[in-house]
Amino acid sequence: MKNYLRLNLSLLYWILVAPFRGEMFKLSPVFKQMVAIGVRAAPMVALTAFSVGVTLAMQAAHSLQQLGAETYVPDLVMVTLLREMGPVLIAVIVIGRSGSAVAAELGTMKVSEEIEALEVMAINPVSYLIVPRFLAMLVMLPALTIFGNYIGVLGGWAVCRFALSFNTAGYVLRALQSADTWDLYSGMIKSVVFAWIVITIACNAGLHVDGGAEGVGRATTGSVVQALLAMLVSNALLTSVFFFA
Amino acid sequence: MSAPNEPVVQVSDLVRRFGDRAVIDHISLEVHRGETLVIMGGSGCGKSTLLRHIIGAMRPSSGSVKIFGEEITGVSERELDKIRKRFGMLFQSGALLASLTVGENVALPLVQHTEMGENEIGEIVRQKLSIVGLTDFENLKPAEISGGMKKRVGLARALALDPELLFSDEPTSGLDPIMTAVVDKLTLELTKGAGMTAVVVTHDMTSAFRIATRMIMLNHGKIIAEGTPAEIRASPNPEVQQFINGEPDGPLPLNLSQAAHARHPHTLPRPLVHARGRFEKKTP
Repeated sequence: MKNYLRLNLSLLYWILVAPFRGEMFKLSPVFKQMVAIGVRAAPMVALTAFSVGVTLAMQAAHSLQQLGAETYVPDLVMVTLLREMGPVLIAVIVIGRSGSAVAAELGTMKVSEEIEALEVMAINPVSYLIVPRFLAMLVMLPALTIFGNYIGVLGGWAVCRFALSFNTAGYVLRALQSADTWDLYSGMIKSVVFAWIVITIACNAGLHVDGGAEGVGRATTGSVVQALLAMLVSNALLTSVFFFA
Repeated sequence: MSAPNEPVVQVSDLVRRFGDRAVIDHISLEVHRGETLVIMGGSGCGKSTLLRHIIGAMRPSSGSVKIFGEEITGVSERELDKIRKRFGMLFQSGALLASLTVGENVALPLVQHTEMGENEIGEIVRQKLSIVGLTDFENLKPAEISGGMKKRVGLARALALDPELLFSDEPTSGLDPIMTAVVDKLTLELTKGAGMTAVVVTHDMTSAFRIATRMIMLNHGKIIAEGTPAEIRASPNPEVQQFINGEPDGPLPLNLSQAAHARHPHTLPRPLVHARGRFEKKTP
């Protein structure tokens, strides 16, 4: 925990303070990490979001048909996706795919003395390794969430268009009318918070590996479990603050 | 800036304990400009740990380490980094970044610490790689080259900023005899020719006697012998003689069993000794 807080503080220092002291981090590694963490996860995110959109629409249709309120299916799909399912499920995918990869990569670097070598070469590991991953995650998780929301709504459309009596324009109109901008913003705020949680937990786990290859495995698993739990708990907290308080 | 006669590296009364075991036990040493100090000793005698303390990668329990006349124990990372830019370090495993190519690894200190352009850096990288005998290897990944090659790339990287001081941890282990000679010749050219100071940790005796201007032998975290190569060769200390001649029998214990280890007069308390009783009971 102490290590975790220290990592957060030094991240903030290297992002917010150091650039004004003439120690600007390099931008090209940030883009490289954005590809590794974000762009490469897009196909998985698309598949997940589409399945979730379809499932939501089918369940909504099933329940609402009994009330004769089928017209509300798009509302339900849209709002659920924007507020909850989008940010949470896409964070789950990114934890499993990118968070674990970051923890394993940094852990391997740690056990093969690479991080020590960086320090001895007067290259700060936080500035050189963690800052690019952190910034990439902070940009890419919300971006993936927006992308996933689109695909999810598309999944909902597929059900409404082909299994229910909607036409495309009707679905789109209904979906857009039901959602308000706050639904989108709350989801985005959540996904920025999740990005912070996921990447700092993964980096912290990787940087503090000890015990060789076995330690790398342990740290990777640990980081995934911790990130999932922290993300779900913070989601409950954020939902209660945004919609229940 | 350090005065001309001041030692480049000055270690005074350095102690590092893990639990109640002193891995480094009151070590003091000095390295002067242009010297090549070889630190030798058996596996686990504390020589790599000593080196890690000198470069500031580990913090000692007590004592002080000065490099270029500046104290490095207990200073901030920022102060430490200023000194670190002035020396190079070759790690035992090479410690290359696996995600970068060989060329990018050698270029790393230049990219991070200088304002040089891409062409200039490329030129230096080619030159440094060619002096370690690895021309045209720039675009391979560390995983695609052998252990000995990695070490030579590590050396090229350590030399990238033309340091005044070079630390090497086992620079020749894993190299064939010819490559060992090449690395030794390179070290000699850099120290005798270019005036660089070197601190080399090794247990390769051929190489040690070839490059050293002064030698230190460690055992159980203490300096047991110190002197020029000739003095070490003529040392009356039987432990030193056993080590430099590579004899299996002598005062240095071969720790084959816990029991034999415990009975040996040279043995200091070690954490594992707590288990001794249990093992001994089983033997009738």
